Amino acid sequence: MAAGVAAWLPFARAAAIGWMPVANLPMPVAPTEKNKRQDELIILNVSGRRFETWRNTLDRYPDTLLGSSEKEFFYNEETKEYFFDRDPDVFRSILNFYRTGKLHYPRYECISSYEEELAFFGIIPEIIGDCCYEEYKDRKRENAERLMDDQEDNKDAKLPNMTFRETMWRAFENPHTSTMALVFYYVTGFFIAVSVITNVVETVPCGSSPNQKEVPCGERYTVAFFCMDTACVMIFTVEYLMRLFAAPSRYRFMRSVMSIIDVVAILPYYIGLVMTDNEDVSGAFVTLRVFRVFRIFKFSRHSQGLRILGYTLKSCASELGFLLFSLTMAIIIFATVMFYAEKGSSSSKFTSIPASFWYTIVTMTTLGYGDMVPKTIAGKIFGSICSLSGVLVIALPVPVIVSNFSRIYHQNQRADKRRAQKVQKARLARIRITKTEGSNAFLHSKRNGLFNEALEFTNSTEEEQRLSKSTSLLESQHHHLLHCLEKTTNHEFVDEQYYQQSYLEAGLQNYPSRSPSLSSQDGVTGTCCSRRSKKHHTPLPNASAPAHMQPLTHTHTHQQGLQELSTIHIQTLNILPAMMLKFCNQFSSQITTAIISIPTPPVTTPEGDAHLPAAPTHQNVVKVSAL
Amino acid sequence: MLSAIWETEGLQTVGIVVLVFASIKLLHLLGLISFSEDSVEDELELSAVRHRPEGLEQLEAQTRFSRKELQILYRGFKNECPSGVVNEETFKDIYSQFFPQGDASTYAHFLFNAFDTDHNGSVSFEDFVMGLSILLRGTIQEKLNWAFNLYDINKDGYITKEEMLDIMKAIYDMMGKCTYPVLKEETPRQHVEVFFQKMDKNKDGVVTIDEFIDCCQNDENIMRSMHLFENVL
Repeated sequence: MAAGVAAWLPFARAAAIGWMPVANLPMPVAPTEKNKRQDELIILNVSGRRFETWRNTLDRYPDTLLGSSEKEFFYNEETKEYFFDRDPDVFRSILNFYRTGKLHYPRYECISSYEEELAFFGIIPEIIGDCCYEEYKDRKRENAERLMDDQEDNKDAKLPNMTFRETMWRAFENPHTSTMALVFYYVTGFFIAVSVITNVVETVPCGSSPNQKEVPCGERYTVAFFCMDTACVMIFTVEYLMRLFAAPSRYRFMRSVMSIIDVVAILPYYIGLVMTDNEDVSGAFVTLRVFRVFRIFKFSRHSQGLRILGYTLKSCASELGFLLFSLTMAIIIFATVMFYAEKGSSSSKFTSIPASFWYTIVTMTTLGYGDMVPKTIAGKIFGSICSLSGVLVIALPVPVIVSNFSRIYHQNQRADKRRAQKVQKARLARIRITKTEGSNAFLHSKRNGLFNEALEFTNSTEEEQRLSKSTSLLESQHHHLLHCLEKTTNHEFVDEQYYQQSYLEAGLQNYPSRSPSLSSQDGVTGTCCSRRSKKHHTPLPNASAPAHMQPLTHTHTHQQGLQELSTIHIQTLNILPAMMLKFCNQFSSQITTAIISIPTPPVTTPEGDAHLPAAPTHQNVVKVSAL
Repeated sequence: MLSAIWETEGLQTVGIVVLVFASIKLLHLLGLISFSEDSVEDELELSAVRHRPEGLEQLEAQTRFSRKELQILYRGFKNECPSGVVNEETFKDIYSQFFPQGDASTYAHFLFNAFDTDHNGSVSFEDFVMGLSILLRGTIQEKLNWAFNLYDINKDGYITKEEMLDIMKAIYDMMGKCTYPVLKEETPRQHVEVFFQKMDKNKDGVVTIDEFIDCCQNDENIMRSMHLFENVL
């Protein structure tokens, strides 16, 4: 339960009077406050600095150190205060958490000291409010990365029993591990450079004999260039195959970007080998040679900066998309306007709107080639507006991209955005778990509460005190409130799996005949338990019954020497046969009758006198069902 | 010839465009059209009152709480609502935290209307404490009156079946989905029928305040449960 609302619990309970006239059943008894203390100030002395607060404030979070009885360990009798030998600055935030219900992370604090304090006082960091949570996570991640960096530097020593394959993979991924890897790294880099330069030089016109026109070098020294190309491609192929062999997950490696670049770089050569000098396909062949330029992308394995650039562009995709979209809009608008404005002038280059696109683009990017110029006055006016607005439209998204790049370069070098999403999911999952624990706490204590009622009838006060100590007064009042709601609506709160189960059963409509002995149980107790017991053994022979374990709630009802309500007893007995049913379906009917008939004697003597030997009867049932 | 015509047309285009923009600007200046939509809502935010309650002595006189109890109540109230008033959203938030499994917002809405006696859209500390005083320290008559007021949504002095059905659905909503037995569609309606059978003596389809109080005073369960929360504070 959240902090401040603990103060509103009296209000919620008072408002429950609104349900009373509507309810058909009597309400449960309110929990009494045995030793109702007036709210008092307690003094917390943290390394000399005194903090004072109400006791109730601390009691809001009973599962932390200050909220539970654990603080009694720190009580100082002479000075009548609680002394903690911890950091007083951090304690401020912790105490504010009790007061306001929100945990804040102060920016000037070191992350690890803060976490230590939180751990000491029993507060989970996931409660940190949304205002400070991002900061906290960032700092934590930085810290973890720094620690990981330190560890990795020590980790380069070769582990003794790595297979050859793993060694190779490590050598490929991290060239600094061994000299062989470094040599390989530089050799491949060199050959990439050679291949790219070859492709470029191929097209340069070499000196020629005067009677012919200039020929590019590629055609003059065909053999040489072909040999060079072959050598490079062979090296690349060998490298690709070696990486493929060494990859821990070949499928994943083949899908990665780098391997696709590798394949695209060497494929044109092989296709060229296969195809002969056929006139029809030579045009396509020439196009394929363009893909040879992809070899330059292979450099990204060698350069961290290139990788970051690629990653930035990927992450700025939305800004780039916006830039593109707005540019397109502006181009179309201005091209249309220019076309209609220039329609009048003679020998106008603006023959159609698409033809004006070129002018608009050149003007907006302030290139201004001058191959198309407007001649009319209207055209010139619109042209100037076009160039001015071009500057603005292009200048707007660029700083965003730049800042993105610098941010990513500094922070996200390890591409851990995926990790952050997982962490966010984990955080939400943990918060959800603590919330359901809150509602489950009610279900748990409901079962405990029934024991309290039984014990009140039998006046065994010691066990009652033992049980009631486990839930604070606030919790018991809250549970009483929920209990009243149950009574008003004549329905009960159950947890998720039980609800699924009963939903299935309601659909299956499989109700066998009820035992007459138990149905006579009608007016015994006003509590919900007897009603529940009747409904519980109806789904017994159902094939889906095994999932129908009244979960944890009943397993912890077995307490030594404690009188149990007989009806609850029957339900626990029902669990075992449900499990047995899975294995001996054909005995189902026999088991049902066997179970139902046995507890008849205890049932007719309701809570009070019969001291049920819980364990032996239990075993009896086991024996019977193991037929 | 043609070129001359086209050239003047080009100038005419320019002229028309300039005229259109100028007229839009003029209208904007005159305040007939506005380009930004969020100029109005700032005024609403300013009216978030900072409310200070009446003095402790006056509240002590008006309610049945002691001084200490009022202090405790106010501290809790102010903690959750520093501005001194609760608006409906905060109210629903707070109330929903007590019922994590279901949806308490509809019932909280009705509760809010019951507490907001002067119907100004916010519950101040005085309203809050008056309501609590009736519920916790009032006579049976006052409590029943309060409950009747809660059920009577339109405050016309009669509880109709529709009003009761709304309240009942709101209560069942608080239970949420995971209940045993499974909540069916007609459960609230059936409950309303039972209620009306019990309360509506002259079978005229509505329950008046007298019928309500009469019937409740004759019902032992209800009488007993009215005393349930007396030691809450």
